Amino acid sequence: MLNKNIYLNEKVFEKERKLIASRDGFGEGLVLAGEKDERVVALCADVTESVRMHLFKNRFPQRFVELGIAEQNMAAVASGLAATGKIPVMGTYAVFSPGRNWEQIRTTICYNKQKVIIIGSHSGLNVGADGGSHQALEDIALTRVLPHLAVVMPADALEARKAILEAIHYSSSVYIRLTRTKSPLLTTEKSPFQIGKSQVFWLPKEGEQFSGITIFVSGYLVFKALEAAKELEEEGINIAVINNSAIKPLDEKLILEWAKKSKMIITLEEHQKAGGMGSAIAEFLSAHHPLPIKFMGVNDKFGESGEADELIKKYGLDEEAIKKAVKECLK
Amino acid sequence: MVLTDEEIKKLAVEVRKEIIEMLLEAKSGHCAGPLGAVEIYLTLYFGGILQYDSHRPLWEDRDRVVVSNGHYAPLLYAVLAHAGYFPLEELKTLRKLGSRLQGHPHRLSLPGIETSSGPVGEGLSQAIGMALGLKMSKKKQQVYCLMGDGEQDCGNTWEAAMLAGKYQLDNLTAVIDRNSIQIDGFTKNVMPLEPLKAKYESFGWKVLEVDGHNISELKQAFQAAKSIFVRPVLIIAHTIPGKGVDFMQWEYRWHGRVPNSQEAEQALRELRTIKGKIEAE
Repeated sequence: MLNKNIYLNEKVFEKERKLIASRDGFGEGLVLAGEKDERVVALCADVTESVRMHLFKNRFPQRFVELGIAEQNMAAVASGLAATGKIPVMGTYAVFSPGRNWEQIRTTICYNKQKVIIIGSHSGLNVGADGGSHQALEDIALTRVLPHLAVVMPADALEARKAILEAIHYSSSVYIRLTRTKSPLLTTEKSPFQIGKSQVFWLPKEGEQFSGITIFVSGYLVFKALEAAKELEEEGINIAVINNSAIKPLDEKLILEWAKKSKMIITLEEHQKAGGMGSAIAEFLSAHHPLPIKFMGVNDKFGESGEADELIKKYGLDEEAIKKAVKECLK
Repeated sequence: MVLTDEEIKKLAVEVRKEIIEMLLEAKSGHCAGPLGAVEIYLTLYFGGILQYDSHRPLWEDRDRVVVSNGHYAPLLYAVLAHAGYFPLEELKTLRKLGSRLQGHPHRLSLPGIETSSGPVGEGLSQAIGMALGLKMSKKKQQVYCLMGDGEQDCGNTWEAAMLAGKYQLDNLTAVIDRNSIQIDGFTKNVMPLEPLKAKYESFGWKVLEVDGHNISELKQAFQAAKSIFVRPVLIIAHTIPGKGVDFMQWEYRWHGRVPNSQEAEQALRELRTIKGKIEAE
């Protein structure tokens, strides 16, 4: 059942549920951040409307820098803006940032310790028809290896809005991983969200036996894991689902707590298995509480064109694949 | 601190000696580039151009200097020491474990360094970010970006050049130390850059060309950049790599090679002779 303690959206499974992309939540949040703090400035590389930064641009045109298709420039310019006391938020598709400008992020932002908020939108397979060249499946690996850079992936538009508002005041640079495709709102205004803290979204029903299987999932796939959990519960299999939004730092306390309660865990992400969120969790658990882990992610392949949910199904990350994985774990 | 042209010339000889001594002690580092750019740096810091206060390195009304070609660290460190940011004795710790004088400058290791550098091609972007940030805050300070000519190969440099042109940043002055060398050889053989002036002009910059060893020409160019032009200004300063040491001049192999004790002794002897000549004039 949905975790009642964190005020999740009770209507999440209804047919008329609102669908909204995390990038939309970010766009709204950025305007709020700009209103709260005049030091907030934004930079974009020719994809302003796609990453929903046009809202900030229209509201604060003097605080918006359009650089054209120049992501390396964008990262280093952001660093320079930070040097003069601004709080820069730079955004484009994740394949281009941190993809193309990884070294500029490394040197001018991380090594230099200048605070910049980096938005990697259009992450994962759900980018859809644009195809593999535009589907970032490596950006978690690229960002989590950089010191002084936190990594967070909101599960819905509301978490994305909270993420940008918190990132503005967070003590280091932050990478926020967003998606293009609309998905249900899982949370409400009252639901807690913090960089570095993950939340249990689905618990075994009261009075029912916990199967010992916990899924750690991030982003667009969280609601798919919840749908799978609901169907499994109807079959009498009670799992836990954790929205692992805190990719770096990991919410080690929560992960350890649930690893200790579990027989086996599943990690689930729209990212290469290599170096992703699951890999980060495995690194931590193998040192502190080794237990069997089933990794669900992309198996060392690139993406391709298709509809978001078609691709997620083809690459074995949809509700059916999740249920199957749980049942395999139980054997 | 403001010095006369004569005083700057004498200081230039001191700084060249310090560069040689630093590199000899460190046993690694970059030689020819720093030796060639001494007049550029000294004119900026001591010719009444740069507004700074070495006792208040973070003075909010200071001008900013971005050293994009961070391997010029020996020169930067010598200049900062003479400017009063830290003691001259510390120069001999260059590149050693625990030293504040890192092989390539780190922003947080030493006062007077505005940004970390080393990987070339990204300084101009940072300088533009600073210039934009200052303008957004309605501040009048200037930003100087010191670059090498090798980094004109980098795409990132041209992304930055275009952006400066777009915003017509009149608080930005870039300097290219045009010494015509890079690691693999002369720039004209590795990656020809000419017509360099025309390239930047086509991107919306005002370009001035000077003899990079002529303090008076450098001063005039810096002053014009600050006060006359309402667009970003590039000063192409033509220099001799390894300037001051006869056997190092125009030898691109001295880009990243450091003198051994015999070579250093010979270099220092030459520099003492030059100094003697200047003092005699």
